Amino acid sequence: MNQLAVKQKKLHLGAFKELVMLGVLILMFIVLSILSPAFATKGNIINIFKQTAINGILATGMACAILVGGFDLSVGSTVGLAGVIAALLAQGQYPIIVPIAAAILTGLLAGLLNGVAIAYLKIPAFVVTLGTQSIIRGLAYLASGGRPVFGVTKAYEYIAGGKLFDTIPLLVIYYLAIALLIGFVLTKTVYGRRIYAVGGNDQAASVSGINVKFIKASAYVLCGLIAGIAGMLLTSRTVSGSPITGEGYELDAIAACVIGGFSMDGGSGKWYGMIIGALVLSVISNGLDILNVNSYYQLIIKGVIVILAVFVDVRGRSKRN
Amino acid sequence: MSEYILELRDITKRFSGVTVLEKVTFRLKRGEVHALMGENGAGKSTLMKILMGIYNADEGETVLEGSPVTIRSPKQALENGIAMIHQELNPVLDLSIAENIFLGKEKRNKLGLVRKKEMEEETKKWLKEIGLEVSPGTMMRSLSVAQMQMVEIAKALSWNAKIIIMDEPTASLTVREVEVLFSLIRQLRERDVAIIYISHKMDEIFQIADRVTVLRDGKLIEENPISELNKDLLISMMVGRDIQEIYPKDTVPIGEVALEVKNLNVPGKVKNVSFNVRKGEILGVAGLVGAGRSEMVEAIFGVRRKSSGEIYVNGEKVEITAPQKAVAKKMAFITEDRKVTGLNLIASVRENMTIISIRDLCTARLVSRKKCVKAAEKYISSMKIRTDSPEKLVQYLSGGNQQKIAIAKWLLSEPDIIILDEPTRGIDVGAKRDIYLLIGEFAKAGKAVVMISSEMPEVMGMSDRIMVLADGEVTGFVDRADFDEETIMHMQFGTMKDTTEAEAV
Repeated sequence: MNQLAVKQKKLHLGAFKELVMLGVLILMFIVLSILSPAFATKGNIINIFKQTAINGILATGMACAILVGGFDLSVGSTVGLAGVIAALLAQGQYPIIVPIAAAILTGLLAGLLNGVAIAYLKIPAFVVTLGTQSIIRGLAYLASGGRPVFGVTKAYEYIAGGKLFDTIPLLVIYYLAIALLIGFVLTKTVYGRRIYAVGGNDQAASVSGINVKFIKASAYVLCGLIAGIAGMLLTSRTVSGSPITGEGYELDAIAACVIGGFSMDGGSGKWYGMIIGALVLSVISNGLDILNVNSYYQLIIKGVIVILAVFVDVRGRSKRN
Repeated sequence: MSEYILELRDITKRFSGVTVLEKVTFRLKRGEVHALMGENGAGKSTLMKILMGIYNADEGETVLEGSPVTIRSPKQALENGIAMIHQELNPVLDLSIAENIFLGKEKRNKLGLVRKKEMEEETKKWLKEIGLEVSPGTMMRSLSVAQMQMVEIAKALSWNAKIIIMDEPTASLTVREVEVLFSLIRQLRERDVAIIYISHKMDEIFQIADRVTVLRDGKLIEENPISELNKDLLISMMVGRDIQEIYPKDTVPIGEVALEVKNLNVPGKVKNVSFNVRKGEILGVAGLVGAGRSEMVEAIFGVRRKSSGEIYVNGEKVEITAPQKAVAKKMAFITEDRKVTGLNLIASVRENMTIISIRDLCTARLVSRKKCVKAAEKYISSMKIRTDSPEKLVQYLSGGNQQKIAIAKWLLSEPDIIILDEPTRGIDVGAKRDIYLLIGEFAKAGKAVVMISSEMPEVMGMSDRIMVLADGEVTGFVDRADFDEETIMHMQFGTMKDTTEAEAV
């Protein structure tokens, strides 16, 4: 009986892994505040959120792909292509809605390509998105002629560059809005519950009358669409669209989800986990910057944390069996 | 030297608080064939998994040749001379026989490279020993199931196994192959290899076993030489109660035809199956493993593609090309393997129960957690599901409780036609009875029930009518008044075809 009690305790820890990571985040916050007076200032905290925004937005889309049991390696390229297209159309020749819509549409089409290939043609997600990563990147170079696209209008620049009440960057507002919206969809809508059901056991979901292919494909569409938004925002923030933008972003987005408690097997993860995960990553790099730690170390620490997060998850699960 | 090569003493095992084995003692003599019997869920496989080191016993000890041992993994079991031939063989199909036999103990030269020739030479010796005449370099994939099984036995011998566990070894063998297996078993017995033989087939037990141990509800019932037993005695030990008591069968008025299937075909699996089932009727589907029963219902429900056939629901022709269409026609399908196709194990009781009917549990088109919890709680109490809360993850519940949840999720969608595939597989007797009561309730509520079962007492105890399949074809229908185990058995083997009735439907 004793053994049983111990088992149950462990289980509870596993069930609240998002809260464990929240604890880690708070702990890092406290330690960094003690180590550097420059850390816990209002300006720096806003800065952390601003640094989190793009990766955080990508992580919300990535979370959908991970929940259905896959992932999307092409989001970084989509950021690049959507950004270039937006920059090309935001030179003042069209109303501002045109570059915005074009970037989102670009993301949507990229996601549709991934979703159809993975869900309907049954090609493994790794292969499909590795392929589209290259295809979309190539398109970004073609569209831009291989050079950054400058000259976007002031109005376009304001989309992500503006601030609310002169303090909170609009970028942060967009991030929180998108994260809350995805969180709402995942927890409160029939569609969201079906995403979890498909990710948890697609065969059982299928027998239960859920259109598994559609749900899987749509998760990739959502992921691509959100990457398109991220590309559009990034172009606004950097006042240019560059074909190389976004390289490696997919891995940060996956890392944010994994740290935030999403299981790579799909079907498990809380929506607020992806926010916590993205913040953990930013706090590491921001804190280490402030402490003047060589940025090369940041990469190493980031990698170690990702592996540790998965290790804790896997261990928790093997204990149960 | 002890009389027994193996003794499992007072083994107790609990899973999440449920005792599945209680002070069970099992004693195996050198060179005997010892049948381990009991209904599904009696604890046979748990006991064997403890012996193989897959589970750890909570109490009790394993004594091997007179000295206590601790076995923590199948590898350790093998090193102690204990091997298991699984019900579902899992060889590496794209390796050769020799490579499979030496899996995990490959012979290497100084450079660490595999010594293929030497392994094949030795394999040849083992294959000869068991009388399997194929080359050691043959790919596993090209063998029949019976041959794969023999390779597994050769593998056990190559580990110098003194004890071989065989779990339903004849489940997918032909009559001829069974004979070959039995002569091999007798040969092994000559060599002083002890065999633990798990099977549900009475005839086999009396043919091959020397002694029998019977388990029931996780307890040791009796250990006897086979000579002191007969079939009836053995059944009463296994069941431990009257059939009437286990199968609560009420007479229910039978209504209109709810589901009709005409000339259903699934390539290679199901041939021209036609049947109907009426409101309030329980139609049992009997047949051997591989007779095409699951494939038939999968095709009806749209899980599997059919090549031809018509389906009528309440007299109206329907095209069911995917499960969602079957669900829309108020059909339910409780699948054979709840873990693979029934439940989302990493989700909670509530999430599993509400997934099909989630649209009905919304407020203003948004999922209402309150309604979901309420619905889950209702079924948890009405179905006597043992769980601390609706939020508990399904993977932590016992098989019986999981099965109830797999059924509950369909009940929430208020189906008219309920298809159950092996509804009581791997669950304990108490939960079984609850499920039989439930199935009875379905019939009383005027639902049409199709129940596939491999357990003869179950299918005979619960059904109003039994349809028997053999090799994908209907070999007969039997009405409750004419139920007779022997007749149905013959139909299962396709040896006695009741054509008149099959055509009449």
